[in-house]
Amino acid sequence: MAEPTVPILTIRDVSKTYTAQGRRTEALRGAGLTVQRGEFVCLLGASGCGKSTLLRIAAGFEAPSSGQALMWDKPIVGPAPSRGMVFQDYGLFPWLSVRDNVGFGPKSRGRPAAEIRETARRYIDLVGLGRFADAYPHQLSGGMKQRVAIARVLANEAEMVLMDEPFGALDAMTRERLQDELLDLWTRTGLTVLFVTHAIEEAIFLADRIVMMSPGPGRIEAVHTVDLPRRRDVSSPAFNDLRRMLSAQLHSHHAPKAA
Amino acid sequence: MSAAIEGAALPAALPTAMPAQGQSPRPNDPLRNLLDRLRGPVLALVVPLAALALWHFTTANRPYSLVPPPAEVWLALRDMAFGGINDDAFSATLWTHLWASLSRVYGGFALAAAAALPLGLMIGRVPLVQALLDPVLQILRPIPVTAWLPLAMILFGLGATSAFFLVFLGAFYPILVNTVFGVRSVEPRLFEAAAMLGCTGPAQFIRVVLPAALPSVFTGLRLGLGFAWVVIVVGEMTGVQTGLGAVIMEARQLSRTEIVICGMGVIGVAGFVSDWIVMRIGRRLLSWSPSHG
Repeated sequence: MAEPTVPILTIRDVSKTYTAQGRRTEALRGAGLTVQRGEFVCLLGASGCGKSTLLRIAAGFEAPSSGQALMWDKPIVGPAPSRGMVFQDYGLFPWLSVRDNVGFGPKSRGRPAAEIRETARRYIDLVGLGRFADAYPHQLSGGMKQRVAIARVLANEAEMVLMDEPFGALDAMTRERLQDELLDLWTRTGLTVLFVTHAIEEAIFLADRIVMMSPGPGRIEAVHTVDLPRRRDVSSPAFNDLRRMLSAQLHSHHAPKAA
Repeated sequence: MSAAIEGAALPAALPTAMPAQGQSPRPNDPLRNLLDRLRGPVLALVVPLAALALWHFTTANRPYSLVPPPAEVWLALRDMAFGGINDDAFSATLWTHLWASLSRVYGGFALAAAAALPLGLMIGRVPLVQALLDPVLQILRPIPVTAWLPLAMILFGLGATSAFFLVFLGAFYPILVNTVFGVRSVEPRLFEAAAMLGCTGPAQFIRVVLPAALPSVFTGLRLGLGFAWVVIVVGEMTGVQTGLGAVIMEARQLSRTEIVICGMGVIGVAGFVSDWIVMRIGRRLLSWSPSHG
């Protein structure tokens, strides 16, 4: 774009190498990416393409072996509330009620009790779980747990939400429903979303831009802008053309690895 | 976001949405309900009553029996509790002994918990502390508490302090080992979740490690309290004037078998009650856990 705004996220030539038992694994090589504020970006690729590694580096859970990860042009040195993470396995605190899970972040930042309660209530309502504020995570379905996880990072004033295959463990109907709800939230709140998935359709349905990644070593292969109008019709010809194109590209990378 | 769609599928798991109980068996059959409810207690009493009967018929009216009959033990127990029957050295002393043992058990147990809990949290979470302490504790652990008794007597002399020390040791290891285990089995994901929500460093001990390890910690506390009762009797058997262990040993020397049996019974009941209390507290605190509560 023309105006020189500072990107919310900058990934500059990032590589990541793990060494375990004397064996080096190159999880990510020379990845570069910028995300503007308010964008919805999907990282798409098969397992082993480094998409989760890239997300974890953006979150601050891991440091790059080389290169830089910046938020608002400042180095990311560790996890922070401004970058909320939504995990595939939810990561909810089982001993806390929905209310206290959502209030966990504000409480960590030393907010007064009344404000925590009010914030939690607002975001629990936002994800439609008002009736379940006092339930414990083990009493909730997968879709509801993931709603709690989303409310939890929103309640903590996250500017960017990092999602690691958040709907991967859900059944198809719940997944579609949550995709719609996520887009709705994104439109209303002006969040920035970085979303990891291996499902092509999910990426096309959600993203402004799709970052295609390929394995061995993990790297960014291509970036596609999706300019279909929302709400996107999964059965439209344009949607299917894009799906066919991405699918062909994805499979050409994985041909040697396919088993 | 609109209302939860799985709302309809969920309530089965929520206690609030459970249908009222008593719907399935006919509500208009109170006799049947009563019988159903009495089944558990009745079954629990069968074996003790049979044992009591066996005890009675093998000992009553046999003057040379080594074991006194149940009626005589019951009489002795009443005398120990309230006096007025035998009026000897044991009369109305039960509460003094019970109190002495209780205070040692709970004192030693509390001290053990106060030491083992923070230590367990640190060993489980801080590699440096583990490297420093774990080897030492692993070598000391196999030494049975009873093997500490002579050393305790040398260090603390004959008396209550030794018993107290043994209780502490006996309760310490189960609490420590289970706390360490609980801390190690905390899902790493929860630390990441806490960190990205702004809870880092020492705050994680209180807000993540401790609650996540609590089910395991409670197992340790229950085991520890059980051991405390085992150990107190051993500890009180040498050179202590009061306590249930002391009373048993003294009665044995005087060949007062009925008093010995009374003491054993009281220890059993006291141990049972204290375990029940810890279990109730645990259930309340762990109501969030699907495997407790």
